[in-house]
Amino acid sequence: MKSATMQLETLVCPSCTLKIEGALKNLEGIVKDTAQISFNTSKVKFDFDEDKISIEEVEGAIKKLGFDILKSRVK
Amino acid sequence: MQRLILKNKNQIALINGVLIASGFLAKWTISNMVIFEWSLILASILGALPIIIQAYQSLRVKVVSIDVLVTIAVTGAFLIQNFEEAAIVTFLFLFGAYLEQRTLNKTRSAIKALTEMAPESALKRMEDGEFEEVEVDEVDVGDVLLVKTGAKVPVDGTVLIGEGSINEASITGESIPVAKEKGSSVFAGTILDNGTIQIVADRVGEDTTFGRIIELVEEAQDSKSEAERFIDRFSKYYTPTVLVIAFIVWLFSHNIELAITILVLGCPGALVIGVPVSNVAGIGNGASHGILLKGSEVIRDFSRLDTIVFDKTGTLTVGNPSVSDKVHYGDNIDEALEYLASVERESDHPLAKAVLEEIGQTTFSEVTNTEVVKGGGIVANVDGNRIAVGNVALMERENVDLSEKAKENIALFEESGNSLVLTSVNGELKILMGIRDQIRPGVKEDLKQLKKLGVKNLIMLSGDNQGTVDVISRELGLTEAYGNMLPEDKSAYVKKLIEEKGKIVAFVGDGVNDSPSLALANIGIAMGSGTDVAIETSDVVLMNSDFSRLPHALGLVKATARNMVQNIVIAIGVVLILLASVLFSEWMNMSIGMLVHEGSILVVILNGMRLLSYNLKSK
Repeated sequence: MKSATMQLETLVCPSCTLKIEGALKNLEGIVKDTAQISFNTSKVKFDFDEDKISIEEVEGAIKKLGFDILKSRVK
Repeated sequence: MQRLILKNKNQIALINGVLIASGFLAKWTISNMVIFEWSLILASILGALPIIIQAYQSLRVKVVSIDVLVTIAVTGAFLIQNFEEAAIVTFLFLFGAYLEQRTLNKTRSAIKALTEMAPESALKRMEDGEFEEVEVDEVDVGDVLLVKTGAKVPVDGTVLIGEGSINEASITGESIPVAKEKGSSVFAGTILDNGTIQIVADRVGEDTTFGRIIELVEEAQDSKSEAERFIDRFSKYYTPTVLVIAFIVWLFSHNIELAITILVLGCPGALVIGVPVSNVAGIGNGASHGILLKGSEVIRDFSRLDTIVFDKTGTLTVGNPSVSDKVHYGDNIDEALEYLASVERESDHPLAKAVLEEIGQTTFSEVTNTEVVKGGGIVANVDGNRIAVGNVALMERENVDLSEKAKENIALFEESGNSLVLTSVNGELKILMGIRDQIRPGVKEDLKQLKKLGVKNLIMLSGDNQGTVDVISRELGLTEAYGNMLPEDKSAYVKKLIEEKGKIVAFVGDGVNDSPSLALANIGIAMGSGTDVAIETSDVVLMNSDFSRLPHALGLVKATARNMVQNIVIAIGVVLILLASVLFSEWMNMSIGMLVHEGSILVVILNGMRLLSYNLKSK
């Protein structure tokens, strides 16, 4: 189990956070209820199972929504 | 392709605007309806592209976002060949989003300035012994790092080699450089003013003091109050509801115009963004004034507080007691002073320091059989004499006879707020010293300001004797003041205030031995130099031990709480007015609806932005 923190480009609409949350929920391997999207800091935090999903796949899903990822860190 | 369109949203908005303008120009100047229609058709299609993409993306993750509502509305307008409205609505929506981004960035700027102070790189000693520049994330505990003059200390660590002076303003708010040498602790985010040092990393990244401060501030700005969580839940169902209502209206009235107008009017804009914007701006203002507010819940409680409880030591006073009065009894005083100094030299009691400072240069003798009497003082043997140093209770225990004159002096000293240190040699009273703490400069004015801001009770709880406490209380105009209090008495008192008297209590302390009270109070305010304990247990941290931040903090949270209410009122008011006008007036259409909608979002953001420049008027 690993936890990731991503710094996104500035989020402008509160509904953006809903979108990202929705996208993360649909991904297999992300621990439910750990996904945290902060509107003001434009940060995404979540725990994930590295056997089931890679960080690149998560990044891809977020990018597909149209949000740039400035920095992403896995611990 | 999708990404390209979204990336260039602002340019699209611009072209869209130009097209609309030239369309109207053609209509009004040369009355050319063909150009008018075509430029508007083009504008609608172009402007709708990014909105449609966003709508599609959110539907894919099962979210009915604003984009979905606007997409349907614009498509509807387009289908009934109302190109004018379709074009203007897309333009307003895109342009509004642009302005929102610009203004939102402003409200977040204060906190961004703080996080940008975080160190990014470090000079790390590699296996070959050379120092190489690496990302700060690559530094592990135990690594040896080189810090050069002018550079930021990358992690919390201990100086290994070298010396220098460090500006620790980012941690303590104190900008006077602090000297560091081998063995000194250094903190991430502080700046080496001069010198060169090598340090061993003790804590890295988010574990450093600075990292925790940043994390705290970041979490605070996105922490949600009960009201916000409600709005969040509400907005999840709100947009689909609007969609359904618009559909029903269309089913029954077959009036597409009306149905799509409802879609646009129903966009929940200002309501969802209003409260977070006030929150981030308020917390941002605090952060740039050395006030850390832990979230919107704290802002709410803090703004309603009516009672502030102070722990005297170190908050209201300088915390550096000195001997203010002194009386001698009998002969051989110099000898007695020597004995006193010898005994006090071995004590770490705060009063001992004041005594030693007062005596100054002297000769010391060997001290044996030292006994510390709890709540009394010290008894010891010096040069074969029995020396007792402590309070009146200790003198009684030692059967020291206090003369009438001594009793008079003691009463007088206590009345003027002194802590007493009595010294007896072989059961005979020799020296009486009164030690007093100075009130911090400016505290009196600050307390007045707090009262003006609506704090009804200013209460002091102190471990000092009642006389000391009363003097300070009188001088500062406190409402109540109690002495002889142990930390557990203080927390019991705070509990009683909250539970029995129903007060909303803030406890101001230094965060070290007052942790229980800090945690118990509705609002725990730590006046500390960013110590870990203070950061953990309190709700508000005054970074620098600067008392004058307190009125600013209270004024700020009050302004922030007001600001949130204003934004909610604006948001709800706008929705009500729009709804009323669509039902009862002729002039309402999609474009005006979108204009008002975007306008109200900007109004709440601008309103929130006022908090950034909030400054308590000093009067």
